[in-house]
Amino acid sequence: MARKTTTGQRALITVAAWGIGLLISFPIIWTILTSFKTEATAIASPPVWFNFDWTLQNYIDVNTRSDYLRYFWNSVVIAVGSTLLGLAVAIPAAWSMAFQPTKNTKNVLMWMLSTKMMPAVGVLVPVYLGLRSMGLLDTRIALVTIMMLMNLPIIVWMLFTYFREIPGEILEAARMDGANLRNEIIYVLTPMAVPGIASTLLLNVILAWNEAFWTLNLTTTNAAPLTAFIASFSSPQGLFYAKLSAASTMAIAPILILGWFSQKQLVRGLTFGAVK
Amino acid sequence: MTTKFRILMGATALCASAGIAAAQDVTLTVATVNNGDMIRMQGLTSEFEAANPGIKIEWVVLEENVLREKVTTDIATNGGQYDVMTIGTYEVPIWGRQEWLKPLEMSAEYDVDDLLPTIREALSVDGTLYAAPFYGESAMVMYRTDLMEQAGLEMPDEPTWDFIREAAEKMHDPDNGVYGICLRGKAGWGENMALLTSMANSFGGKWFDMEWVPQFDQKPWQNAITYYVDIMTNFGPPGVSTNGFNENLALFQTGKCGMWYDATVAAGFVTNPIDSTVADKVGFAQAPSAEGGQKANWLWAWTLAIPASSENAEAAQTFIEWATGKGYTELVAEKEGWIAAPPGTRTSLYGNPEYTKVAPFAEMTLAAINSANPGSPTVDEVPYVGAQYVAIPEFQGIATTVGQLFSAAASGQSSPEEALAAAQATTTREMSRAGYPK
Repeated sequence: MARKTTTGQRALITVAAWGIGLLISFPIIWTILTSFKTEATAIASPPVWFNFDWTLQNYIDVNTRSDYLRYFWNSVVIAVGSTLLGLAVAIPAAWSMAFQPTKNTKNVLMWMLSTKMMPAVGVLVPVYLGLRSMGLLDTRIALVTIMMLMNLPIIVWMLFTYFREIPGEILEAARMDGANLRNEIIYVLTPMAVPGIASTLLLNVILAWNEAFWTLNLTTTNAAPLTAFIASFSSPQGLFYAKLSAASTMAIAPILILGWFSQKQLVRGLTFGAVK
Repeated sequence: MTTKFRILMGATALCASAGIAAAQDVTLTVATVNNGDMIRMQGLTSEFEAANPGIKIEWVVLEENVLREKVTTDIATNGGQYDVMTIGTYEVPIWGRQEWLKPLEMSAEYDVDDLLPTIREALSVDGTLYAAPFYGESAMVMYRTDLMEQAGLEMPDEPTWDFIREAAEKMHDPDNGVYGICLRGKAGWGENMALLTSMANSFGGKWFDMEWVPQFDQKPWQNAITYYVDIMTNFGPPGVSTNGFNENLALFQTGKCGMWYDATVAAGFVTNPIDSTVADKVGFAQAPSAEGGQKANWLWAWTLAIPASSENAEAAQTFIEWATGKGYTELVAEKEGWIAAPPGTRTSLYGNPEYTKVAPFAEMTLAAINSANPGSPTVDEVPYVGAQYVAIPEFQGIATTVGQLFSAAASGQSSPEEALAAAQATTTREMSRAGYPK
């Protein structure tokens, strides 16, 4: 039963929600606003909010200097590729841990998570040397693999949590009806876990899209994604804040739009299992 | 021989020669930073490619710290991802000594003797040139001529720290949004430590004595840091500890600073009427000194070098000669005017009346660069080279930590004495860990 709330309480909650929402999205809103300013207006003090001559010049400059589509395509391949590959590995792994647990399952899960505790820079040189000798530096295949490995613990953990909510009896029933392991996973488990898989997919695409350590360090030109695109507009000696903002806006726009359209799945997936 | 056979032979020969031509096509990967002069160079790529058929350029443009991390990884692992790297005067002697860079033997046409002597010295190891300067800089004082006049003072060409303090006090007017002096406070070996190291040099300080013992517990460093904290607290803008080069540039351009002591390259920005509101009211003076002694200037150059792992060294050298040669300067002047010419690398530029006419800061820049002495940066003899840095591999890490300590002192979180004691302790520990004295 819904709790009774007075109009006053509701108004307060609404105002608080809007306040928090605006606070969280302020950096993004400010970036987008700055991208339409001139470099001089961008550094104006006190800051100018809306009352300035809006210009598209920064977007024109950014596009003249860089091939946005190439970076964009690399980001798509790396983010989506690594997530799909990760799901292909993680679904069977999570299945076995959720439905056929052994006494070591917990330890395995913890061990997988522990790999996230090491700072990435600690393995940069070995990974760099390995890729160099395989001739894979600055290739998308290397980035897809590395990003998959980086996000695999999170994918497995998320899927494990979702799978655990699914009653094992349903899978048993499928087995009784003669389903083999492959059919059980593909036709029974996966459809039931779709919200969970969808949110895992979305979250990991976002994580891989925003990842800015490996994608910067292992690429030069051919496989450089949007993180490198943004980095190329940041300058230690020179005020290019408006251009940097334009580049950032172009880099976050695709993922922002994706997030907008899939927010229902994202929210449902993230709260799935928490409330029953 | 049948006709058919002849045609076949001819076709094969054609294909072979086409193959050779294709094989001669070289793509150079050039890593550089996103500074104005480099963006201009990127824009002129087609000119180079037209003059050198068979060489194509692929650019990797990155923010300074990201670039440094990437090229260091690549060069240390012999990765071979780059053919030309943009590195600073700090890296060149260290990497040159390690034989990570290919020595440069320039053609007669390049006129290597035209390079400014201090810059050339900073880029050579035992007389061998390892990198060619793209643009160079020292440090100088930029000030508002209108505010100086209002204060009833006249800036000497070679001010002392005492004069700077007096001027800062008189120009300081926070109620009207004007702060006496803007200086770097943002932590980082290339940010506040560049400023503070050169300041300490001018107070007679040094990082290490001849036995590599840190000197933060000595009087000159105490004087320098106390002076810095005092002037920043009393006459500086709020939030000093987050102000780096760019933040101060923004403050100065919007008319918030009476004086700004920083890199000479800033002169081109603050006098540019498109971005700067004070473009016609800027004066220049040499880096300050304590009682007319050693000046607090520094020497930095962004340079182009060829990593030893490059497989296209010959083409890379052609590119470097083009980008740092006299012809390039003329090309830039022709396209965008003499004011856009990359400063601080060649004597001939400063002898060119067309340049000195449009660049009011030219004389000061040249004097600042010429008087910098990274080989002997301070009053006493020291075991290292570098004016605003110490050219040893450990410096980046140590100076970043020390920079955080001094940044905290500038924002009032700790006292100058506490910051200096902590700097002495951390530097002593790190240097003994690194095995100094070597």
